[in-house]
Amino acid sequence: MKSIKDLEAIRQRTLDEVNLRNDRHGIRVVVGMGTCGISAGARPVMMEFVEEIKRRGVKDAMVTQTGCIGVCRLEPMVEVYMPGQEKVTYVLMNPEKVARVVGEHLINGRPVTEYTIGYVEAQEAQGK
Amino acid sequence: MRELSLHVLDLAQNSLTANASRLDILIAVDHKADTLSITLRDDGKGMAPEFLKNVTSPFTTTRTTRKVGLGIPMFKVNAELTGGSFDIESKVGVGTRMTAVFILSSIDRPPLGDMPATMVSLIVSNPKFHFHLEYTVDDQEPFAFDTEEIQAVLGPVPLDAPEVVSWIEGYIREGMDALHGGA
Repeated sequence: MKSIKDLEAIRQRTLDEVNLRNDRHGIRVVVGMGTCGISAGARPVMMEFVEEIKRRGVKDAMVTQTGCIGVCRLEPMVEVYMPGQEKVTYVLMNPEKVARVVGEHLINGRPVTEYTIGYVEAQEAQGK
Repeated sequence: MRELSLHVLDLAQNSLTANASRLDILIAVDHKADTLSITLRDDGKGMAPEFLKNVTSPFTTTRTTRKVGLGIPMFKVNAELTGGSFDIESKVGVGTRMTAVFILSSIDRPPLGDMPATMVSLIVSNPKFHFHLEYTVDDQEPFAFDTEEIQAVLGPVPLDAPEVVSWIEGYIREGMDALHGGA
């Protein structure tokens, strides 16, 4: 059983890391969690980002939520802000797509083009 | 929404937008009365009577991107579909409270679903916000989880530190499962 005592141990263990985290140079993963996003499945996407970022040990990333991004039919949507790069918007996300985004984009700095809004909308325009 | 816990995640956003500093999420299962009730109570800016009167209409929203808001209307409809009820009260400058009562045994009642995931999503996005969760099943000792208490133990370590997040998820899951609510 987990208890409050575990927290004290976590506090001891992570204090050094926290000092590092305070000057996060700031990767931000923003999950659209309006009513539309949530009903389209945003919560498992967010949970998977939290888990994968922990698994891969990405130290300077934070996962957060926002309301409706405005293109409800393409939810779940996720915006990734990398320092020094333009914002990238991923659409129609699901938990299976998260590992690639974390590995290729957050860690290696190369957005996963096929998941982006620009790519998906261009495909749709061609009737695909 | 396929799970009641997704309504909670959705509606919590209203409290955050209303500049609340604390949100109480009270979930109670009562087998004798055959009800599952969910109460959300915040100390946000509240709503004026005129807005409150129409707040369960899908065509009432504060957002500017579109003219519809489905959060509260869907919560209400889901409760009423089970034969339950919904009520909301709000006072400008004081806060808002809403309660939805679901009939536990109704075939139309969505499952409570993954409450730990809802709490983690909320906390990760708002690590400094005061969330208070209480889960009661019949006359058993309720399970309570309070981010302010947790923060007091953690000191300078933030609630969204990865190890803390895992602990929170496990702690809530174990605590709620132990009550055998069956919801």
